[in-house]
Amino acid sequence: MSNAMLTIDDLHVAYGKSEVLHGLNLSLAKNEIIALMGRNGMGKTTLMKALIGLLPSLRGTMKVDDLDITKLKSYQRVAGGVAYVPQGRMIFSSMTVEENIETGMAKSSKSSILTGIYELFPVLLEMRKRRGGNLSGGQQQQLAIARALASEPKVLLLDEPTEGIQPSIIREMARTLKRIRDERGLSILVSEQVLSFALDIADRVLVIENGEIVHEESGAEIDGAKISRFLSV
Amino acid sequence: MLGGYTFTDLGSIFVMQGFAGLILFSVFVLMALGLAIIFGQMGVINMAHGEFMILGAYVTYLTSTFFQAHLPGLFSIYFFVAIVLAFIASGIMGLIVEYVLIRHLYNRPLDTLLATWGLSLILQQAYRTIFGAREVGVELPQWMLGSWHATESIEIPINGMIIMALTILITIGVGFLMYKSRWGKNVRAVVQNRAIAGAVGIDTEKVDRYTFGIGCGIAGIAGAAFTMIGSTGPTSGQLYIVNAFLIVVFGGAQSLLGTIASAFTISQTQSTLEFFLSGSMAAVITLLAVVGLLMLRPQGLFTLKVRR
Repeated sequence: MSNAMLTIDDLHVAYGKSEVLHGLNLSLAKNEIIALMGRNGMGKTTLMKALIGLLPSLRGTMKVDDLDITKLKSYQRVAGGVAYVPQGRMIFSSMTVEENIETGMAKSSKSSILTGIYELFPVLLEMRKRRGGNLSGGQQQQLAIARALASEPKVLLLDEPTEGIQPSIIREMARTLKRIRDERGLSILVSEQVLSFALDIADRVLVIENGEIVHEESGAEIDGAKISRFLSV
Repeated sequence: MLGGYTFTDLGSIFVMQGFAGLILFSVFVLMALGLAIIFGQMGVINMAHGEFMILGAYVTYLTSTFFQAHLPGLFSIYFFVAIVLAFIASGIMGLIVEYVLIRHLYNRPLDTLLATWGLSLILQQAYRTIFGAREVGVELPQWMLGSWHATESIEIPINGMIIMALTILITIGVGFLMYKSRWGKNVRAVVQNRAIAGAVGIDTEKVDRYTFGIGCGIAGIAGAAFTMIGSTGPTSGQLYIVNAFLIVVFGGAQSLLGTIASAFTISQTQSTLEFFLSGSMAAVITLLAVVGLLMLRPQGLFTLKVRR
């Protein structure tokens, strides 16, 4: 694929001696949303962390657009166009909402970025002087996404964004993510356990098991029942 | 009555001791500010902080002798040059120490403590070798000497007022840097979560290095101020490091406002008591009070209330 925004080739990642990802391949096209599904401990979060540089990779390459990010540090990857929304949100709880968003902005911070973000998440505009730690879970998740978007990324990584969030907010988040993709031409890789959310937003669903992609479905004929068989314990 | 003092005398004593306390407070604040940035923000216990301060004091001493020998005409303003040089010297040394030593130890607080303690011994010996074991004093220009007679019985030293003005300036500067500037935002983000700060695009290594450098630079300024109230020896820094740590912990490690409030409380208690009791009794009472308060409020005076 020539228009791939994110290309992962033969990625091996290990914690000490125990290898978790054994040669993973993945290609994310421009404007595509991929949902990465899998049970606990199958390597979803590991892949996300390896992509943003929180975990070192043993072997293989990762590319964003045409930039090889395999050897780069986290902040250089962000500058190269990757943005990351960590599991558990991990916002800076003692900083205000606005400061949280600004930490994500690159050096040439433009107020137009803030305006765009507040337009996507009006609730954050209301709360912009509040400390991040005093927001509700759903609001914190929006803040974490806003912070990631502040770096104007090409590829957005979301690690289990629906964890611990009430269903109505999950549906809203799905709408927002699709809107971001449509408006900003983003490519999104989201790891998920909630099947309905994944089916709602994804163009393609991948199932990861023991560090390898074992199943893939795309387009209109995504078969929820089949995927859920992979997820049942 | 009242141990032979009249009420007017006592009033003047309180004002003057209060002011002496304010000068002590100023040096404490300068020292604790640097420490609060390094310890409170980065979690690094820098036992060599006193030596960074003394480096600033020696730089001030060198500047004053240089001005005396080569630029006697400009001697009256040497102190301001010395402050800048002290900041630069201690700051650069801080950057080097961070690069060579500290950055390898960020996840090992106890090792940092040992390493910086070793560093403090090395620096003390280096000062002894370079400047000699005898304490050196700086000569102040004429206009900084003397005092201002507020009333008949109240005298306030001019150099004390200069130190205070300097402290206020630096404090405002640090406050601005930490809470209004982009750099401060990055520092606070790195403090809260180093890994995630990197993952949102902050160059955490650079932030760490400059934070440490600026903290040390401020210690250098404290050293410059220190030359006005005491003489500088290789181990002078040791006398202040314990108090400075006390202030930072008592004030609540991550709060600059807490640092200032606690420096004020401790220095005022100390200096007012010192007049009536011996110096060591004053220190004992201050310490007991701090220990007691920390037992009631282990997180320090000021803390942020947020959901974690």
